[in-house]
Amino acid sequence: MIRKTAVEMADALAKGETSSVELTQAHLDQISAVDGQVKAFLHVDVQGALAQAKNVDEKRKSGEKLSPLAGIPLALKDVLAQREVPTTAGSKILEGWRPPYDSTVVSKLKAAGVVILGKTNMDEFAMGSSTENSGYGPTFNPWDLARTPGGSSGGSAAAVSAFEAPIAIGSDTGGSIRQPAALTGIVGVRPTYGAVSRFGLIAYSSSLDQAGPFGRTVLDTALLHEVMAGHDPKDATSINAPVPAVVQAAKSGDVKGMKIGVIKQLQGEGYQKGVQTRFDESLQVLASLGAEIVEVDCPSFEYALAAYYLIAPSECSSNLARFDAMRYGLRTGDVNGASAEAVMSATRDAGFGREVKRRIILGTYALSSGYYDAYYGSAQKIRTLIIQDYAKAFTQADVLVSPTAPTTAYKIGEKVDDPMAMYLGDVATIPVNLAGICGMSLPAGLAEEDNLPVGFQIMAPAMQDQRLYQAGAALEAALLSKWGAPILSKAPVLAGSK
Amino acid sequence: MALPTYDEVIAKWDPVLGLEVHVELNTNSKMFCSCATEFGGAPNTQTCPVCLALPGALPVVNEKAIESTILIGLALNCKIAPYSRFARKNYFYPDMPKNFQISQYDEPICFDGFVDVEIETEEGPKQFRIEIERVHMEEDTGKSLHVGGATGRIHGADYSLLDYNRAGIPLVEIVTKIVPGTGKYAPEVAKAYVAELRDILRGLKVSDVKMEQGSLRCDANVSLKPIGSDVLGTRSETKNVNSLRSVERAIRGEMIRHAELLNDGKKVKQETRHFQEDTGLTRSGRSKEQAEDYRYFPDPDLVPVTPAATWIEELRATLPERPSLRRKRIKEEWSVPDKEMAAMINADVLDIVEATVLLGADPTKARTWWLGEISRIANDQNVAVADLAITPADVAELIALVAKGELTDKLARQVVEGVIAGEGKPSEVVAKRGIKVVNDDGALMAAIEKVCAEQAETAEKVRGGHLPAAGALIGAVMKETKGQADAARVRELLLGHLGQA
Repeated sequence: MIRKTAVEMADALAKGETSSVELTQAHLDQISAVDGQVKAFLHVDVQGALAQAKNVDEKRKSGEKLSPLAGIPLALKDVLAQREVPTTAGSKILEGWRPPYDSTVVSKLKAAGVVILGKTNMDEFAMGSSTENSGYGPTFNPWDLARTPGGSSGGSAAAVSAFEAPIAIGSDTGGSIRQPAALTGIVGVRPTYGAVSRFGLIAYSSSLDQAGPFGRTVLDTALLHEVMAGHDPKDATSINAPVPAVVQAAKSGDVKGMKIGVIKQLQGEGYQKGVQTRFDESLQVLASLGAEIVEVDCPSFEYALAAYYLIAPSECSSNLARFDAMRYGLRTGDVNGASAEAVMSATRDAGFGREVKRRIILGTYALSSGYYDAYYGSAQKIRTLIIQDYAKAFTQADVLVSPTAPTTAYKIGEKVDDPMAMYLGDVATIPVNLAGICGMSLPAGLAEEDNLPVGFQIMAPAMQDQRLYQAGAALEAALLSKWGAPILSKAPVLAGSK
Repeated sequence: MALPTYDEVIAKWDPVLGLEVHVELNTNSKMFCSCATEFGGAPNTQTCPVCLALPGALPVVNEKAIESTILIGLALNCKIAPYSRFARKNYFYPDMPKNFQISQYDEPICFDGFVDVEIETEEGPKQFRIEIERVHMEEDTGKSLHVGGATGRIHGADYSLLDYNRAGIPLVEIVTKIVPGTGKYAPEVAKAYVAELRDILRGLKVSDVKMEQGSLRCDANVSLKPIGSDVLGTRSETKNVNSLRSVERAIRGEMIRHAELLNDGKKVKQETRHFQEDTGLTRSGRSKEQAEDYRYFPDPDLVPVTPAATWIEELRATLPERPSLRRKRIKEEWSVPDKEMAAMINADVLDIVEATVLLGADPTKARTWWLGEISRIANDQNVAVADLAITPADVAELIALVAKGELTDKLARQVVEGVIAGEGKPSEVVAKRGIKVVNDDGALMAAIEKVCAEQAETAEKVRGGHLPAAGALIGAVMKETKGQADAARVRELLLGHLGQA
C-alpha cells in the first residue's frame, strides 16, 4: 500500500478498500522500520495523525463530501508552525517550542483532511543544501545512506522517496525543494512567489521563501499544490488571484506545439556528465512529443549566486533577530544577574549553528551603513536584471528548462567544509527565486556513472504554474513508458522496509 | 561662570529648532495585526503571534492607519507619495519583539508640508511658518519596567518586566525641517506649533492627543549659532517632552545650557537628553556621537503603499476647517476681544462655546458662562470643563431663561450649580429649587424705599446726579430681595425713585 501513489491511495479510500487509519498506520510502521536509517523526521505525531485519520474516516462514513487528498498522510517540513506540535526549523534555538497557532498551510491541510504524520528534518532555518546543517543531525539519502538527500528540505524529500509518506511539504528559498527532489528521484515544485501563504512559515529570506509540494508523481504533486495555494489576507505578499489549474494541467500533460527554451548558461561546464546526458535525453523525448526546443540567453544568471548570497543573508540577519531568549525557545546564560544583552548573546551563540551565524554576519555586514549600496543595493539591481532576462526568455519560449542540480547526490561530509562548493550546487535553481517565478524538478533517470537520480528542471512565468505540470506530466509519462517502471523501483530497498 | 540669563542668551545667540512629534493613532487595532489598542489593559493581554514576533508570524498593514496618516499629511499641507515603503530599523532591545521596528525610512508617505502658527508678543501677534519635512508611519515598542536599581533604567536593575500591549500600536512621526529665525520667541513658537498640531489632530479625530498619556510626544532639537552666522551649531535632542508647558521650558532650558557651554568656549555634545518635569532641566541620555547603525532596508514582508489619487482627493474633501482659521473666523463673527479669545483657547472651551452658540445662544453670553462661572466650578473641582455634567444645550437654555426674564444672572448661577450637581436640566432645577424672579414692582419699591432711607446719604448723591453711587443701593436692594430681583428693573425703578430716570 505505501508504495502506491497518493491518487491510488485516495482511490482505495474512496472505494472503501482501506481506511485512513489503516493507511496512516502503515506509514507510521514504515517510519518505525526505516527512519532510524534515513532520519527524515524530527518529530512523529503518532496520536495527532491517527486522530485526524479517524476523523476523516468518520466523515467519509457519514457521507460528507471530502477533498481529493482527505485521509492521505503527509510529511511536513519543520519550518511550518503547527499548533501544539514541536516546531524547530531545524534549530536548537527553538528546541521544545510548541506554536500556539497554525500556519496557513497547516490550516489548509487540516481543512482538506490531510493527515500530518510529523515534522521533517531540514538545514537549520532552511540554510543549506544537504540537511547537514540541521541542529539535530543530517538526513540520509534512501538511494545511498552515505549520501545527502540534498536540502534544505532533505527530510521531506527523503520521507517521500523512502515511502514514509506519499506526499510532503518543503520550502524553497534558493532551490530547497527542487534540489532535494532531484537528488532523491521525486517531484518537487516551488510555486510562484506569493502563491502559497508564508504566514506561519518560519522566515529565512522573506522575499525568496516559498512553501511547495513534493510527490512521487506530477499529479500527486499537483493535488497537494492545489490544497496549499490561494490568497491569504494574513500575508501581505500573497497574490490575490485564482490558483492556476495545476491538477487539470497534470492530467492533460501535453507539450505538442509548446516552445521549450534551454537556458544557455545552465548547462555544459560544471555539470556532471551523467546529469547532462539525462538532461539532453529528456529534451529529445520532449521534442519527440511535439515540443519545439529553442535556446535562450540569460546573461545575468552569471551573477545570480552572488546576488542570492547578499539578499538572503541580509534578510535573514533581520528575520532571525527575534530569537533573543526573551519570549520563547532556548535561554542560556541567565545566571548571576546577567544583563538582557548578555543573555541574548549567550543564547544566540549557543542556539545557532555555524552556517546560520555565517549568514547572519554576512547579512549584517551587507546592510551596514557605507556598504549597503555596494552589496544589498547592487544585489537588488542584479535581481532586476534577472527578472528582465526571464521576461525576454519567456517571449521566446513557454517554459524554460535546465538540469535541476549540477551533480547527483554527494557524500555526507564531502562539501561541509567548503561552503562555496555547496553554494554552487544551487546555481541552476536560484534564478527562479530571485525572479519570484515557479519551477519544478522531476526525475530524468539515473546518471550512468553512479546510478543516482538526476533532476530535470522546468520553469514558468509567475502565476503560470500550470505550465510546469503540463510539460512535466508529458515528460513523466513518456519516460515512465520508456523505463517500464517508476524510478523509485530502482532504489535499493532499505533494511526492514515494508 | 554664572548661568546666563535668557536675555543674555538671545542677545548673542540665535536658536535653531527642529521638532519631532510622535502621535499615537486611535485606530481600533494595531499597525500590523488585529490586537486591541486600548490604553491601560492588564499587561500582555493585547498581544498575538504577530505583535509578539512568534516565529512565522507576518505583519499586514492596517488600512485605517494609512488613511489617518494621509489625513494628517493633507492637514499639514504635505504632498502624498504615490508610492512609499516600510523599512526595518534593526536594533536589539527586549521591549521590541522582532528586534527591529517597522518604520518608514527614505520613502515617507507624506512630505514637504507646512503649518502656520501665531503667537502673542508685546509687539502684537506674530506669525511663523513651520515647514514639515515628512510625516511617516511606524509602530510603537512595548514597555519595560525595570525593577530594582537606583535609576529605574535597565542598567543596574535587578530584573525587568515587559508589557507588549503597546508593541505595534500605530505611531505617526511628524518631523519639521530646521526652524530658523524664531529668535527670542523660539520657546513660544515651539509651544504654539505643538498646540496647533494637537488642535489639528484633534479636529481630524485620528488621535486622543493626550500628552500626559503619551499619545502625543515631542522631541525637541535645539542648537545655537552666533547671531548673523550661517553655520549651524551642534544640536541636542530632548526626548519625550510631555506637556505644552514643558516644550517651552525644555527649549528655554536647553538654550541657556548651550549658551553657557558656548560662552565658556566649550562644545555642545550631540546627544539625546531627557527632560525632567520637576526641575525643568534636562539630563544626558545616550550619546549620539557614534551614530547607531540601524541597517535600514525595505521590509520584504510588506508591499509598497500606493494610495490611489482619487482616494487622496476623497480624503482631502473630508478635511475639517483648520483650527487656526476657525479661530480667526469665530473671533470675527462673534467680535471677541483678543484677550477673551486667548482665554477661551487656554481654557479649552472654544468647541463647547461654539456648540452653545450653534444652539441659538448669544456668543458673548455663552462665552461668559463657560469662561466664568462654569470654569470657576471646574477649577474648584479640579476637572476639565468638558467633564462637568453641564452641556451646551443646558447653557443655551439657561441663557434663554435669563433673556426671557425668568432668571436673573445671580439666580442662573444657582441653576448652573444645580445642573452640575446632577439635579437635571435648567428648567428642572428651577422647578425643583423653586427659583423665581421677583418682578412685583410693589415689593421692589418697598425694598428701594427701605434702602434709600437706610442709606440716605448715598441716595442724596444719586439724586444730585452722581450715578455711580447707585451701584451700592442696587446691591443692597438685591440683598434685600435675596437675589431674586431683576437687577435691571431694580436700577430702573431706583433711578426713577431718585429722579434720575
